[in-house]
Amino acid sequence: MIGLEHYLTVAAALFVIGIFGIFVNRKNVIIILMSIELMLLAVNINFVAFSSYLGDLAGQVFTLFVLTVAAAEAAIGLAILVCFFRTRGTIAVEDVNVMKG
Amino acid sequence: MGFADFAFYLFAFVVVTSGLFVVVSRNPVHSVLWLILAFLSSAGLFVLLGAEFVAMLMIIVYVGAVAVLFLFVVMMLDVNFAELRGELAKFVPLAGLIGVILLMELALVFGTWTGAENAASLRDAVAPALEETHNTAALGQLIYTKYIYLFQAAGLILLVAMIGAIVLTLRHRPDIKRQNVLSQIYRDPSEQMELKDVKPGQGL
Repeated sequence: MIGLEHYLTVAAALFVIGIFGIFVNRKNVIIILMSIELMLLAVNINFVAFSSYLGDLAGQVFTLFVLTVAAAEAAIGLAILVCFFRTRGTIAVEDVNVMKG
Repeated sequence: MGFADFAFYLFAFVVVTSGLFVVVSRNPVHSVLWLILAFLSSAGLFVLLGAEFVAMLMIIVYVGAVAVLFLFVVMMLDVNFAELRGELAKFVPLAGLIGVILLMELALVFGTWTGAENAASLRDAVAPALEETHNTAALGQLIYTKYIYLFQAAGLILLVAMIGAIVLTLRHRPDIKRQNVLSQIYRDPSEQMELKDVKPGQGL
């Protein structure tokens, strides 16, 4: 029988993978954005698992809002990335500190 | 082991492995494709949890929009990704250490946590029985009544994100010819052409 903790384990593993990805790809912003999406997915899995096992739909409603924010964040992040690439010709995040003002 | 259990283990395994491949794969296009697989199998997990609406939303929003957006940007930017990946091995020990520590911290919680005794009475929106309403209808009744302001705010966030993305990426290049609609509309035929009566055998 699959219990709540099974889902929490999956979500925890996915969250840790997301954090691992942020640290391991220090230069590639695209992969960092994808890692953030993975972490938000882990949060969503937690929300839906608790919502299902407690019989409370508020968790699923909140998942919708997390989804909205994740989509908006991806769009804005990629737009900034395209902007940055146009001015600098690279997407290495270590160079971002040259953009002072 | 029933079919639901098997499906859970399958989806869970696929989610975690594809998540790992998103992070470590060498080619960013492959990363995006692994990300799509992770989203699809997490949608499968949501279906197993009885949250069909969120599962379908996951496929539509993440696979249909976000992942395609990523794919678009990865393919549009002319970046030497091999160069960016070069120092990958340098960060692996630190990242692995942080990951293992975090995983251990999360494992400490495993098996020892308990729900609050009055958790059932604290529920904000009790899910109706499956015979009464299915998941999508129940969610719709909640979103459009109790959480209507939050729902509108979510729409506002999307609007702001859309306008922001357009403003950030739009650029007017002065070196190319563009269509000027206004000047086309205001063109007057009487000023633009002149009729000349040319006599035979003579030029203008």
